[in-house]
Amino acid sequence: MSRKTYDNINETVYLERLDNGLTVFLLPKPEMSKTYGIFSTNYGSIDQTFVPIGNNEKITVPEGIAHFLEHKLFEKEDRDVFTDFGKQGASANAYTSFTKTAYLFSATNHIEDNVKTLIDFVQDPYFSEQSVEKEKGIIAQEIKMYDDQPDWQSFMGTIKTMFKNHPVNVDIAGTVESINSITKDDLYTCYNTFYHPENMILFIAGNFDPENMMSLVKENQAAKEFEKMNEIVRDFPDEPEQVGMKENKIVMPVSVSKCTVGIKEANKELDRDEFLKRDLLQDMLLNFYFSKSGQFYQELYDDNLIDDSFYFEMNLDRNFGYTLIGGNSDNPDQLANKIKELLMTTNSETIQEEDFERMKKKKIGQLLRSMNSLEFIASKHIHYHTLGIDFFDLIPEIQSLTIDDVNHYLKHWISEEKLAVCKIVAE
Amino acid sequence: MEAIKEDVLDVNGYNLHLVPNKKFKTINIVAKFKATLNRETITKRALIPYLLKQGPKNHPSRKELQIQLDNLYGAVLSIDGGKKGENHIISLRLEVANQKFIPNESGILEGAVELFNDVIFHPNTSGQAFQPTIFKREKNTLKQKINSIKDDKMSFANMRLIDEMCDGEPYQLHVHGYEEDLDSMTPEDTYAYYQELLQQDELDIFVLGDFDIEEMKQLITSKIKRDEKQATNHNDNVTEADNNSKEKPQEVIEKQNIQQAKLHIGYRTNITYQDEEYPALQVFNGILGGFPSSKLFINVREKNSLAYYASSKLESHKGLLLVFSGIAPADYQKAREIMELQMSAMKNGEISNSELSETKELIVNQLLETMDHPQGMIELLYQQVIAKKDLKPSELIEKIKAVQVEEVTEVASRIEEDTVYLLTSEGGEPSE
Repeated sequence: MSRKTYDNINETVYLERLDNGLTVFLLPKPEMSKTYGIFSTNYGSIDQTFVPIGNNEKITVPEGIAHFLEHKLFEKEDRDVFTDFGKQGASANAYTSFTKTAYLFSATNHIEDNVKTLIDFVQDPYFSEQSVEKEKGIIAQEIKMYDDQPDWQSFMGTIKTMFKNHPVNVDIAGTVESINSITKDDLYTCYNTFYHPENMILFIAGNFDPENMMSLVKENQAAKEFEKMNEIVRDFPDEPEQVGMKENKIVMPVSVSKCTVGIKEANKELDRDEFLKRDLLQDMLLNFYFSKSGQFYQELYDDNLIDDSFYFEMNLDRNFGYTLIGGNSDNPDQLANKIKELLMTTNSETIQEEDFERMKKKKIGQLLRSMNSLEFIASKHIHYHTLGIDFFDLIPEIQSLTIDDVNHYLKHWISEEKLAVCKIVAE
Repeated sequence: MEAIKEDVLDVNGYNLHLVPNKKFKTINIVAKFKATLNRETITKRALIPYLLKQGPKNHPSRKELQIQLDNLYGAVLSIDGGKKGENHIISLRLEVANQKFIPNESGILEGAVELFNDVIFHPNTSGQAFQPTIFKREKNTLKQKINSIKDDKMSFANMRLIDEMCDGEPYQLHVHGYEEDLDSMTPEDTYAYYQELLQQDELDIFVLGDFDIEEMKQLITSKIKRDEKQATNHNDNVTEADNNSKEKPQEVIEKQNIQQAKLHIGYRTNITYQDEEYPALQVFNGILGGFPSSKLFINVREKNSLAYYASSKLESHKGLLLVFSGIAPADYQKAREIMELQMSAMKNGEISNSELSETKELIVNQLLETMDHPQGMIELLYQQVIAKKDLKPSELIEKIKAVQVEEVTEVASRIEEDTVYLLTSEGGEPSE
């Protein structure tokens, strides 16, 4: 077990890669009441085409299967795992994203039992035809719920507009039609390939003793057998640099129109250093221009194109990346044009030293604030670790960015072919 | 784990709550202005947070305010209004990185407190009025906000349920105010009301984080002062909230162009945070629908596959219990029946020992976890101010642990179904 301390933020992290390939992180926080555990596989909705473990041929599975699998892991032959956690005073949950499926609990008592429950339920699947059928009604209602949410439609709509082939353009939960075709055998195929310890990370943060905790996890894993695993072969179609469609209009019964401009930030895998630089600078630049202190925000506000719902977000992951900028607007066309026009001016802009210092301060403060949350620390650690980056080193990484870094990045950031627009209108 | 220490001082016209705690890497400063819900003032109170967010006199635009926040290492200021029981509360929250964790920085905290004070007490005015251009613009922002509730079906259904259930009660008032009030509101009368609010609302200020209590007390009291005047008419003179209870439950069905129906059922608990039975009511809610192991989730979702979510929650200061679920429109009668059946089971005392003990543990866990979040801890401490009852979180936890099954069924017997609200799709009648 290796131990790494981060003096600037007063944290210590323990790390070990177990014999079966599982990566375990422990972050003791004795001042907290609770302990948070998350067991995460590097498998999400985009992993639709792959070579199953023990096979040579690649297959394509139905849309929404990673999320379906997440639901079904909670159900065992004789019981529901929520009840197990409930008996131990823990609250449990799970989520599926484009690239991850994660199971988690938080508890203030019975910590060791809860950790065992977390590991064991994820590593002991039970899928039957009957329980798979039963789940279809529940997930259909989850999909319908999202169908009625304009914000979600706007989010997925913009991604679909930008990405032509990459499966990030598929709804995480799938469609009512696609989930109806899922069988228990499909679930086992995905499970056996992607839930191998080699492909998983366990992160435990909170109030516990690290030595005892690591022994518990090791003992638990030593008692189980796993097939030998080579690297998983996943298949992704070629994705062009430019957006798939320039514009997309979704009609649904909204009382206020919505408009989002998407920037297609990445269409393939980036190397570690390039990834890190983009990840930090992109967020800092978006903040610089579009947060409430930003020149672009001010112009949009002065032109009466935006209101309190205006937002921006970015996501850079395994082999795709995007930025979304938008909100509610009475003039979605004007808003889209204005945002695009402003973005197109950035190539010829230069960031001043004083502004860059403020950008760095803001980013550091944001990180410190996010570190109040065990959930956030754990999920970000897993995200960055998968990409070869240490989350707790981000503050020094930010401090080491130079004015040349940002100005160089800015020069090549935007081109018109990377911009897409998605509108939600009533009509 | 660290026990909560809270020092409460009556100084400078407000209650100062100092909560030193080593859990967090930031300092949180929160001011809460409380007044009784009132139809005459609700829209003004809903607008004020939007006006204040546009910056104080010395940083007189949203941009200049944000530059100042960015310079304070990305400090975050949020301002909003909310309902707790029959009260309206305006909360201003400033979260700033603790300078302890940033090398060679010592002025962040003082800068943050000064900014906080400016935002509250030195707004951007022109004469005895809010700045007119900003005022006009933010009225429009609020109008958009009022309209956008219709696009969030869960919030919309919840609002409509309360409309029907609490007709004629102050609690019915919409937290974002009313569009029809906006036209007649002026920068002058809203500013005059803001001055009244500053003097007459009950004000509590919380400071939470890793700090020295004496130094912090010194800093806050030297920077934040208010000229308090006791309320003449509308504060604190509401004793018993009037409840528009029904003889028998009413059913309200409305239709929209939607995919999923929202079924919300409102109950009167006849118990609030102040009452001795409150801990037992929390346990009641936990067994019925507070968790994924609760009766509603197990029966509506797991056993019958009718919904993705089915749960219940309390409005602790008003005495309401709300049960809600998102279902296929055709399943209305069946889902309603199953949901109501869970309530009958509670009334009949169908509660196992393990349900009771597990739920108590889950609630305790939830409370302890809430205290691991800075805003959660402050909200929990503020409950006592709202209820005017001295019940520390640690005492509440002890009381929850001591709840007996008889107390839960006794609570159940007092709960009355009031209103069933269904928002459903336009095609066809709900099946019988």
